[in-house]
Amino acid sequence: MTTTVVSTPTAQPLTRRPSYAKYVGAKVVGAIGSLFFVLVVNFFLFRVMPGDPARTLGRGRFKTTEQLEAFRHTYGLDQSLFQQFLTFLQNTFTGQLGISLRYRVPVSDLIRDRFWPTLLLVGTSTILAILFGVWIGVRAAWNRGGFFDKVSTGSTLTLYSMPEWWLGLLLIATLAVGVGPIPGIFPTGGLHSTDVDPGSLAGVLDTAWHLFLPVVTLTLAYLADYSLVMRSSLLDELGEDYLTTARAKGLRDLAVRRHHAVRNALLPTTTISAVNMGFVVSGAITVETVFSIPGLGLLSSEALAIPDYWVLQGTFLIASGGVIVANLLANLLYGLLDPRVRT
Amino acid sequence: MSTETAALRLTPRQVTRRRRAAAAQRTWRQFRVNRAGMFGLVLLSFFVLVAVFAPLLADADGLQVTKATGEVLEAPSAAYPLGTDDTGRSVLTLLIWGSRISLFVGLFATAISMVIGTLMGLASGFFEGWSGRILFRLTEWFLVIPFLPLAIVLASVLGRSLLNIAIVIGVTSWPGTAFLIRSQTLSIKERPYLERARVLGAGRWHQMSRHILPNVMPMVFANTTLTVAVAIIAETTLSFLGLGDPTRVSWGSMLDDAFSVGAMTTGAWWFIVPPGVCVVLVVLAFTLVGQALEEIFNPRLRGAR
Repeated sequence: MTTTVVSTPTAQPLTRRPSYAKYVGAKVVGAIGSLFFVLVVNFFLFRVMPGDPARTLGRGRFKTTEQLEAFRHTYGLDQSLFQQFLTFLQNTFTGQLGISLRYRVPVSDLIRDRFWPTLLLVGTSTILAILFGVWIGVRAAWNRGGFFDKVSTGSTLTLYSMPEWWLGLLLIATLAVGVGPIPGIFPTGGLHSTDVDPGSLAGVLDTAWHLFLPVVTLTLAYLADYSLVMRSSLLDELGEDYLTTARAKGLRDLAVRRHHAVRNALLPTTTISAVNMGFVVSGAITVETVFSIPGLGLLSSEALAIPDYWVLQGTFLIASGGVIVANLLANLLYGLLDPRVRT
Repeated sequence: MSTETAALRLTPRQVTRRRRAAAAQRTWRQFRVNRAGMFGLVLLSFFVLVAVFAPLLADADGLQVTKATGEVLEAPSAAYPLGTDDTGRSVLTLLIWGSRISLFVGLFATAISMVIGTLMGLASGFFEGWSGRILFRLTEWFLVIPFLPLAIVLASVLGRSLLNIAIVIGVTSWPGTAFLIRSQTLSIKERPYLERARVLGAGRWHQMSRHILPNVMPMVFANTTLTVAVAIIAETTLSFLGLGDPTRVSWGSMLDDAFSVGAMTTGAWWFIVPPGVCVVLVVLAFTLVGQALEEIFNPRLRGAR
């Protein structure tokens, strides 16, 4: 259903001890390669634009030809393509990501300001989704065919087939706006109320109240994949011989489950959380748009309107970079947990 | 005696065809038993029929804003079974015609994805040495690119159209298929009959197209079905964000209109709920069929379910 990039375990001769350090090194090199590829793609995507890049990127900001030429020079748009690429790399690594056409502030400032709400939203949802998803998957697989299994598998399949932002729309329509005589109990959007100081205790609770529906939406969207994968990997694991041995030894059901089967079946979940990052990023964009949360996701979809090219370039870089880092971390974690994978 | 030998004298092509027909029959028999798969297939057929017979089911004039006859955001009634949208058009008509775009773009994007993915998977699995490794690396790199930011960037650079949506979905979803095909290719490559073909002088192209590809096709078919599910959700999301063609109605664009006009706050549930329900049902249908096919073609999965 979902695919993984982690290599499948192979049988290792007992004499050879695979080195974790070498594995880490290989994965880091791979990540750097991916990052470079993303930078190349990012660079060329915006050079595909029709028309004069300097005019488009500096739209409406320059009154004289001198200003336009100065702008052209700063961003190296008058140089050869290869030179431009080097300038682009240099600029990116020093944090000069351009100026937003809409907000007239550096893109790096925008990203810095919007980063935290997105992290809060996505981080909370991912943690909750892993916890609930794994629990549901384990229970469903352990009593396969039972009532819980049927209900949970049906529900998670339906959640998996649903666009996450549509669920958000439904939640707003029912819980935020209210249905008929029942009033809404959550705000319809935004991150903070205007009259509350975000730093105070009341402010924290207010933020939590605003984030409740978005977090519920994203958690439900993410957990579908985790629970389905957990269920299938545990079902695969249940056929293994060592579990028959454990039962024959007389171990209690719960012990067999927790200490043996689940621990091994959890391995694919680590890879899924990495592969999911692409979906996590998309979920952040759509849910922030629906709930008007001022994070990186809303920044991306707003930037479409003008279009705000520098912002788009910056957010694309952050999103791809985030996916690469998450993949790397998941690969490293998997290599730590499962020595068979370290080649 | 002579009639027997005459009946047995079949060309290799005829033999292959008969074997494939028999295999297809066996697959169908196994599929029929899978209740979830059959449910998905029925659901799928319903939506395909609605899309194909849309002109007969709903008047095309109902799509034109200038010819809208209803009030803005009217609740469901006898005249408008699902109410009206923000321009007075019947939501049911939009839903029926929108199914065409949603299904078509989903299928087209899947076609792009499957062609690239299958070719890349076959090539990276088949070719030894550095060429195979480079192709594998390329597949890994494309897997990293998040689909929605790329779609937004492409839409800003190339403009908003359904073709761009299909291209973006195709370009970001092929790595999954490629990995699957690659692992299948790797295992089939080692089989004895392929070695015999090589010894008999079969070229690379012949091996790939006549031997590996037909054996890989069942999994490709199952994977295609699952990819369509993903593609339809992706198209809905992209249309919702306004990246699609503003003149064409799809389920995603209906939800975009509903959102912009604030249908949640005004309680116009008939504008929000039906398009989403249709998407869920279609995607669920494809997923169930795809999973059923996966179970049939992947013997490893059969026992555990």
